[in-house]
Amino acid sequence: MSWWETVRSGLAAIRSHRLRSSLTVLGIVIGISSVILTVGLGQGAQKEVKDQIDALGSNLLIVSPGSSTDGSGVRGGFGSASTLTYADASAIADRDVVPDAAGVAPATTSSVSLVNGDTNWTTSLVGTTTDWLAVRSRGLSAGRFFTAEEAAQGAAVAVIGPDTASELFGRQSPVGQQVTVNGTRVTVVGVLTSSGASSSGSSEDDQAVVPVGTASRLTGSTSDTVSTIYVEAASEDRLSAAYQEVRALLANRHGVTTADADFSISTQDSLVETANETNRTFTVLLGGVAAISLLVGGIGVMNIMLVSVTERVREIGLRKALGAAPNVIRRQFLVEASLLGLTGGLIGVLLGIVGAQVLPQLIDQAVAVSGLATVAALATSLALGVGFGVYPAGRAARLTPIDALRSE
Amino acid sequence: MSVIIELEGVRKTYRSGSLAFEALRGIDIRIDEGEYVAVIGPSGSGKSTLMNLLGCLDLPTEGRYVLADEDTSSLDEAALAAIRNRRIGFVFQQFHLLPSMTAWRNVELPLVYAGLPRHERRDRAIAALERVGLGDRVDHRPGELSGGQQQRVAVARALVTEPALLLADEPTGNLDSRSTSDVLGLFDELHASGRTIVLITHEPDVAARAGRNLVIDDGLIAVDRPTAAAGVAQ
Repeated sequence: MSWWETVRSGLAAIRSHRLRSSLTVLGIVIGISSVILTVGLGQGAQKEVKDQIDALGSNLLIVSPGSSTDGSGVRGGFGSASTLTYADASAIADRDVVPDAAGVAPATTSSVSLVNGDTNWTTSLVGTTTDWLAVRSRGLSAGRFFTAEEAAQGAAVAVIGPDTASELFGRQSPVGQQVTVNGTRVTVVGVLTSSGASSSGSSEDDQAVVPVGTASRLTGSTSDTVSTIYVEAASEDRLSAAYQEVRALLANRHGVTTADADFSISTQDSLVETANETNRTFTVLLGGVAAISLLVGGIGVMNIMLVSVTERVREIGLRKALGAAPNVIRRQFLVEASLLGLTGGLIGVLLGIVGAQVLPQLIDQAVAVSGLATVAALATSLALGVGFGVYPAGRAARLTPIDALRSE
Repeated sequence: MSVIIELEGVRKTYRSGSLAFEALRGIDIRIDEGEYVAVIGPSGSGKSTLMNLLGCLDLPTEGRYVLADEDTSSLDEAALAAIRNRRIGFVFQQFHLLPSMTAWRNVELPLVYAGLPRHERRDRAIAALERVGLGDRVDHRPGELSGGQQQRVAVARALVTEPALLLADEPTGNLDSRSTSDVLGLFDELHASGRTIVLITHEPDVAARAGRNLVIDDGLIAVDRPTAAAGVAQ
């Protein structure tokens, strides 16, 4: 009996019990589609985070204030102190000390209200240097960035993000317009291009960038601490060298060892890694639940195949009497189970793909369906059919024709 | 005439734990090609066991069974399945047709396992159905046929492989008297055209249609005699 004959007879057997076959297939469908969706959700979240972090700029080191130890030996938590200063940034900018850095941009961040006439918009005010644009790999869609001269003078000029621009000025061109910040009039000289991060509401597109001196003046701050120092390595190969140099320099300046540093340096990779670890935990958790439902679906296939063997004992006996060898019977039931599994897999994949299109509209979360996951899901459904079909098929093959024919 | 069936010292013992039951206690039979033999005997006499052995559905505990020059005593399940497929056509009391398949699909089933190409299977199945007088019922399902017609489909299925032996187990047991004579008439025709038929029955008037009667009693052949019909059919 050829494979094609076996498949045809399997399809006929499945069709002859429509309701029962559909319910069995449904178990696999639910399992496969939930695996595809959970894996897709996890990958979508990972991709989103990676896009956001990529948008920070390539070859980027991000120096943040770290834990600190005060005079009495009490150790504060991560980010509890403002240990980084503008002077630290200047020291990193020294090419003799940090030869592998291409640019340095210290940044202070505070929340302010920008006012244009009746429009009031709260955004983050970033005080930085002229290197910021290059270090953060950002561009301008209109106007210009502030100059070194303006930076030195602490001139009242600002470059704003595209979202900020549309909130304050609507469709008008913001360049040359003035906004009021804490009573001071500031001239908008340029507008940043969008950071390209897919997620909406990213703060990268909603900020006002001003010279450091201007920021201190606007917020009335007298401290010379900065919240972040961005360091751009000269190339990707030199990222690790730049990391070592910056770390040694800051440890030296702060009089701490690198082991108990009061600052931390992260790279894009380490940020992506941290974010992915969190996502992976959720993906594994959800995927595990989905895998269990797949397992339950597989047991459903086995259950139905066992019922089918019991119900068709006479048919099996007859087929054997007419010359079907045990292997032929085994193959017939295996093919039938595989067809159930594969049908469930195909429908499940389709449902998963449709779900991946619909779900983002409902929960504002990207779902990425990968080809590999789809192929793996189909292979799994086939393997489920075969795996859970082995036992029922073996039982059918072992039936003796006399007993099978005699049963009523 | 060549010998189709040869049983020598065949014994069959069923064991269940420490209990052993001897269903056949030493049977010797020779059946020639073209013979029409009825095996009769009361229930429990061993005639069903004999039928299973003759049909290669079971193996003897002891002794030798040669079917069409092939010794079947030491074959495995797959080889027995192949012998059943090529050498034996079965007709059962319960017809054993698959209800979801049309008549010709039921008839072609042994040819599927013989590995014949599809168009040839269909041609031969339809020819076999025409032979049993059901040429106009090839696309009917068993549920749409009368009992006698269903048994005719079963006979067509038994004939479709051109087997050396037609083995019928109580073929009229589930039929009314009209269908019974219908099917027995068909057997007479097949016998007349040279088929070897072994028929198991407990009805004397059915057995009387055969050319030779084997009476089984208590696991042994009690009587082996030609019937009145012998002269007529030969």
